[in-house]
Amino acid sequence: MSEALKAKIAEVFNEPGCDKNQAKDPKERKKGCSKPLTPGAAAGGCAFDGAKIALQPLTDVVHLVHGPLACEGNGWDNRHASSSDSKLYRTGFTTDLSELDIVMGNGEKRLYRAIKEAIARHNPPAIFVYATCVPALIGDDIEAVCSHATEKFGTPCIPINAPGFVGAKNLGNKLAGEALIDHVIGTIEPETISNTDINILGEYNLSGELWQVLPLLDHLGVRVHACVTGNAKYTEVASCHRVSVNMMVCSTALINVARKMQERFGIPYFEGSFYGISDTSDSLRMIAQMLVDRGADTSLTDRTEILIASEEARAWQRIEPYRAALKGKRVLLYTGGVKSWSIVSALQEIGMEIVSTSVRKSTDGDKDKIKALMGGDAHMVDSIPPREMYASLMRGDADIMLSGGRSQFVALKAKTPWLDINQERHNAYAGYDGMVELVAELHKAIVNPVWQEVRRPAPWEQSDRDTERTALLEAAC
Amino acid sequence: MAEIIHSRKSLATNPLKSSAPLGAALAYLGVAGSVPMLHGSQGCTSFALVLTVRHTREAIPMQTTAIDEVATVMGGAENLEEALLNLTRRMKPRFIGVATTALVETRGEDIAGDLKLILARNPELQKVKIVLAKTPDFAGALEDGWSKAVTAIIDEIVEPRGPVAPLYQQINILPGVHQTAGDIEWMVETAESFGLIPVVLPNVAGSLDGTVPDHYVATTLGGTTVEAISRMGCALHTVAIGEHMRAPAALMASRTGVPSTVLPTLTGLGPSDAFVALLARVSERAAPARLRRQRSQLVDAMLDGHFHFGRKRIAIGADPDLLTSLAAFFASMGADIVTAVASTSNSPLLTDVPTARVVVGDLMDFEDSAAAAEADLLVTHSHGRQASERLGIPLLRIGFPVFDRLGTMHRCTAGYQGTRNLIFEVANISLSGLHEHAPEDYAHASPIIEETRHAGATSATC
Repeated sequence: MSEALKAKIAEVFNEPGCDKNQAKDPKERKKGCSKPLTPGAAAGGCAFDGAKIALQPLTDVVHLVHGPLACEGNGWDNRHASSSDSKLYRTGFTTDLSELDIVMGNGEKRLYRAIKEAIARHNPPAIFVYATCVPALIGDDIEAVCSHATEKFGTPCIPINAPGFVGAKNLGNKLAGEALIDHVIGTIEPETISNTDINILGEYNLSGELWQVLPLLDHLGVRVHACVTGNAKYTEVASCHRVSVNMMVCSTALINVARKMQERFGIPYFEGSFYGISDTSDSLRMIAQMLVDRGADTSLTDRTEILIASEEARAWQRIEPYRAALKGKRVLLYTGGVKSWSIVSALQEIGMEIVSTSVRKSTDGDKDKIKALMGGDAHMVDSIPPREMYASLMRGDADIMLSGGRSQFVALKAKTPWLDINQERHNAYAGYDGMVELVAELHKAIVNPVWQEVRRPAPWEQSDRDTERTALLEAAC
Repeated sequence: MAEIIHSRKSLATNPLKSSAPLGAALAYLGVAGSVPMLHGSQGCTSFALVLTVRHTREAIPMQTTAIDEVATVMGGAENLEEALLNLTRRMKPRFIGVATTALVETRGEDIAGDLKLILARNPELQKVKIVLAKTPDFAGALEDGWSKAVTAIIDEIVEPRGPVAPLYQQINILPGVHQTAGDIEWMVETAESFGLIPVVLPNVAGSLDGTVPDHYVATTLGGTTVEAISRMGCALHTVAIGEHMRAPAALMASRTGVPSTVLPTLTGLGPSDAFVALLARVSERAAPARLRRQRSQLVDAMLDGHFHFGRKRIAIGADPDLLTSLAAFFASMGADIVTAVASTSNSPLLTDVPTARVVVGDLMDFEDSAAAAEADLLVTHSHGRQASERLGIPLLRIGFPVFDRLGTMHRCTAGYQGTRNLIFEVANISLSGLHEHAPEDYAHASPIIEETRHAGATSATC
């Protein structure tokens, strides 16, 4: 691994903007954010996966993966980040390194030619070149190839140096952010700027969630210059350094981008969320206040309150029809834990009971919020082994489980309603409309008569039970 | 005879192939009490796992040796040992299938040697059958990985046959990677109808056929047991499906002396007949009435369906054996194969594909060629959906992965019934695309002149 990459990782592991990171002593911090992996008992994607997740939603660039087939071949076009324009980001590009390329040391040449071919065919505004394990191991210098290609072809080629073996997804998110800071953000001056421009960082427009939020901001006259990276175009991200405020969602995935933009361009940032009604309102308030602080018209504050009041009322009114059916229903919330309190509070507001929630990736602040909401920390869990999760659901501890695809079949095989709230989902749950959608989906899942149907005993089970009962009765006589 | 064209591009766009380690993992999933493990970085497993879950809609046990930076530099033996021990303690598997990846193979370690040492110094691993296949991502694709894993299983587990003649009417079936649970069920039932006792390796019809067990299992549930595999030498015959299964079938034959037959495919009347004839010969029984009826139904389906195949321009993109099989099927029904793209050139049968050129390439080659040839139907896996949308040509999803349709594992395209189903599926795509004819359809014959246009034709547009 190159010295430059080592230095970059060390830098990412020392993140002054991250509370959790700063609470550690220097020795702990050096170990990094991700727990060391246990061979034979590990789950989750690699750093390359994380980098790709963070950047792939950029719609109009070529995302070129330099490596043998599996890295791109087994994972391309597998998420639902939406685009209102270019579909180029859904195309899978890879150098598909062969044994011969590796043995002969042809990796760099092949990459260079691949860049050339991609430009010739697609003429993109930029090419993002992703390193993977094998080229990193044999010492391909993707930075050098990118810089040479940029010079030669005049198309920015951005090296994303996050080979899989350096760590987990989260590290990859951050290394992707570093690449944006080092090579993209600030390289183009925006055509227009106003004092109500913002960026949203760490929002990927999965299932079009951005479009549930944009109308609210439009209504307030707040313009999103760039969403990094959901539905973004290259020039928007490259010129996003002149906005007044950065809003950071998805917790700390791109916190390094937010902090460095503050240092370099003086843009203040805050961490917010568009999941849940009160969170959406808080985020809108925060945007308005920070914009006013930065010189926007002071009427923005009042207009924001008016919008919040009417949107909240409208959302609750639309949720009302579902309340009776959902009241008292018990939820097992099993997510990465990022901001799970925002969903906890929303579910509680409609009268659902949270039997437990995972807090694997939550900060201490998040945990405090959950404690306050749920009264004590009895229901907070780090992770539940699938066997126990299955047993718990079979006992009927919960009426529904909300989780990601990984635990989907644990719930379904336990014949328990399940709702996808991870990134692979097809439904959009952001903003006020998203919350109404979530409640409607919860309702749909729970009231479905299929649960009675699938739990119906088979004819032979019925007769087995009858035989057993007869036998018991006879024994008792 | 088709000419094989190797793409000279450096850039693969929209990959057609899935990786070899993934193929190996799929094979390992057909063994009972199994956990496949990829020897590589955690991402290697994560991508393969997610794709397999999306294809099968089942919980998939699959682990990783989690090669990190240190192991990348120092070698992965320690990780392999730790992973095997952790996995054995935690999940209590009866079988662990290890598949190597590009990452560890690029370092060129002696992984087989490492594994021997690991097994020698850890008595607790003796309870588990551990099999190793060398499947770097940079060589071959799904069919190669599957084939190597099956070969490794046979090599490790199958006992050589003793001097005694076979006691049972056992027949070994070695399905290819593209045989679904539905296909395997047909093979098994058909073999049973001849009084044979089939042992299937690997048997995803036991482990990935979508059942709801009444308790939690961390490993595969169902599939062929290690004991049954060890006794595969007791069979009368081994039948393997697909050219990529020739190597495992050959090893089985040389190990046990059981004669083997490789059938290129089970799709189509001729291939189904070949399978049935083989069973009749091995069992020395006549085909049962039920099978005769199935064959007659297929013949009838061919008569009803051929109208929708003749003059149809078909574009196929698939792994080599699947491509060969599908091309032969479509051609036998009267369709023209205008585009044939193979993921690799690792099959000698590619030259038999009934078309002028077989391109070894990606889905961009497939899309470009299908567009240029004005194909009527695209035949490839789910990643063909973008090409289908862009070109406005319907897509028949087949192969791996199929992640945007349900029932993939139960869809049977093997044998009389499976072929009949496939004919109906293709014909129905054609039927649903029928449109009401308008004069414009025939404009190339004689251009429509507005002034002389027949009044009745003015509103017709398509």
